[in-house]
Amino acid sequence: MTITPLEVDHRSGSGSGSILEVRDLTVTFTTESGTVSAVDHISLDLREGEIVGIVGESGCGKSVTAMSLSGLLPRSARTAGSVRLHGTELIGAKEPVLRAVRGRDIAYIFQEPMSSLNPVLTVGRQISEVLQVHERLSRKLTRDRVIELLTLVGIPSPLQRIDNYPHQLSGGMRQRVMIAMAVACDPKVLVADEPTTALDVTVQAGILDILRELRDRLGTAILIITHDLGVIADIADRVVVMYAGRVVESAPVDELFARPQHHYTAGLLAASPAPGRHAGTDRLQEIPGLVPVLAVQPDACTFAPRCPAADAQCLGSAPPLTSDQNALGLLPGHAFACWHPCGKPPTSAKELKP
Amino acid sequence: MRTYLLNRAWQSLLTLILATVVVFLGVRALPGDPALALAGEDRSPETLAAIRLQYGLDQSIPVQFGHFVNNILHGDLGTSIRTGTPVSSMMRTALPVTLQLAVFAIVLATIVGVGAGVVAAAKRGRPAEWVANGLALIGLSVPHFWLGLVAILYLAVATGLFPASGFVPFTENPVENLHHILLPVVILGTGLSAVIMRQTRSATLDALSADYVRTAKAKGLRPSAVIGRHALRNSLIVVVTIAGLQLGELISGAVVTEQIFGLPGFGKMTLDAVFQRDYPVIQAVVLVTATAYIAINFLVDLLYSLIDPRIRVGGEAA
Ligand SMILES: Nc1ncnc2c1ncn2[C@@H]1O[C@H](COP(=O)(O)OP(=O)(O)O)[C@@H](O)[C@H]1O
Ligand code: SF4
Ligand SMILES: [Mg+2]
Repeated sequence: MTITPLEVDHRSGSGSGSILEVRDLTVTFTTESGTVSAVDHISLDLREGEIVGIVGESGCGKSVTAMSLSGLLPRSARTAGSVRLHGTELIGAKEPVLRAVRGRDIAYIFQEPMSSLNPVLTVGRQISEVLQVHERLSRKLTRDRVIELLTLVGIPSPLQRIDNYPHQLSGGMRQRVMIAMAVACDPKVLVADEPTTALDVTVQAGILDILRELRDRLGTAILIITHDLGVIADIADRVVVMYAGRVVESAPVDELFARPQHHYTAGLLAASPAPGRHAGTDRLQEIPGLVPVLAVQPDACTFAPRCPAADAQCLGSAPPLTSDQNALGLLPGHAFACWHPCGKPPTSAKELKP
Repeated sequence: MRTYLLNRAWQSLLTLILATVVVFLGVRALPGDPALALAGEDRSPETLAAIRLQYGLDQSIPVQFGHFVNNILHGDLGTSIRTGTPVSSMMRTALPVTLQLAVFAIVLATIVGVGAGVVAAAKRGRPAEWVANGLALIGLSVPHFWLGLVAILYLAVATGLFPASGFVPFTENPVENLHHILLPVVILGTGLSAVIMRQTRSATLDALSADYVRTAKAKGLRPSAVIGRHALRNSLIVVVTIAGLQLGELISGAVVTEQIFGLPGFGKMTLDAVFQRDYPVIQAVVLVTATAYIAINFLVDLLYSLIDPRIRVGGEAA
């Protein structure tokens, strides 16, 4: 791969071709205590050079969504729906096909940089591995490329670091190694699952800077998963808000922060610092109640038990993801799944809960 | 790594010195005249006098200890009171037999145990795992002597495929040597391979659920590389530790196996010496066993540091 800056208009709106199209992705797990519904009919798009954030409380299905994209879920998972990478269907694809996609087209960064690196292999070896699998370079070229990658992610004295073991590096450095490993084959899609959650606030900003730089220089599309709205505000172009396995709202980042429609989004925003403020605070838990673990997705709004505006309609049928832009004065690309969106006053006083 | 190994070497040396002291005091701490004990059943005054002179029993304890150590360092382990043969020359014929038996058994047990353990972990919940688990259970619960006797009955006596007993040195006839040693090796290795298999299986299962294995899969590696390069390397750290703890078992297992197959090895020499109260030989046997034990443990530590870079390369996050 060559590192060439790309001229991409990241903020361009809808219409342009998506690299990754997720449609009605549904994941259930078979466990000893029965079936667990983890992800329910999720749809989202990722375009070249775009950074999309998935936000939601712990347990809402973010990681399961991420892992299902390239078939990384355990055998107990049943996946349905469609995930298309440049038009190629990945759900139900054969293992060899998926193996060729993993690391080359869709690469991952995980939350725990210590446990996610193998303690008994040098970082150089772990980065080389992905190049050897997908690019079959010579030893010499591989080593040169690894040094280039370590430099790219801002690791000082890479010639020395290449032969280090993970335990010889700090947490921030380990996460940089993870990023180097992930971008080694110039993937089209980079999935970063809580990449900064385990790190110090000061280190977090550095990692986000690197991700942004990768997008700017290589045009990598990034799906960043977090429960931290500060991270979203800092880096994302668009946001997808998840609740109990469903997408409840999605919009360009500024639009979402300015005009949240779903009551869960509104609750999140009210409980967290304004956009632009420092990342790293975790206030989502301040909405009273817990994300339910569901055996079967009900035909109701799953947020109803915690929603101040819930009524009989909310309990009687699940609101579809729609964009009612004209009526509410929303921007294109803003969708929500709510019977009584925040932007629209309730039709009658009776519908409001005391 | 150097500090680690120096530390281990120093500890080993200390243990060895302690073992020497214990062996030295062992005979002398027996109630009554140590010369009587060393003489065994021949208690004529001439014999006793000769023994007192040979062991310097009329001198002070520290002087005796000095002699004792000096003799050992010069390879003089005393003389058998039964046969009159120098113990060191008995060792020279017996030890190679036992070493060959033990080393072959360890190699076999490692290959079979690690192989079956990895298969059981990788094929979790499938027939291959049940087969491996079942065999391990049999290997663990069936005693050596019984397995050995059954093997002799069916594979040696009934069919004549293998010799029922005896030994041919490798230097004399390599083919006959292997022919004689194969059954004993398999019998001795069975228990150890079952232990290694179970440890490998559980350690590999642990490793397979680790985050770095998820990373390896996410890179697009084949299952063989995920298991071989990532999971197994980590589980071997546990396996080596556990296998190291099994070496005492191996030594006692070797004694039993040699007895069953009539191998003229260290175990047979030990049993003969014990039954005949041949104290000089017993003394030497205990000393050599202790030394072997300490040496093996040192080797295990060395191996451990070779597999785990956290021991080899010191230093936390830079
Ligand atoms: N292997 C599994 N077996 C059973 N349930 C699982 C498994 N992995 C995840 N889940 C369930 O799926 C839901 C979503 O989990 P996850 O995607 O990890 O949440 P998060 O948004 O915190 O990343 C949770 O309710 C979790 O219990
Ligand atoms: S659909 Fe009803 S319960 Fe759900 S968020 Fe909207 S108002 Fe609240
Ligand atoms: Mg998660």
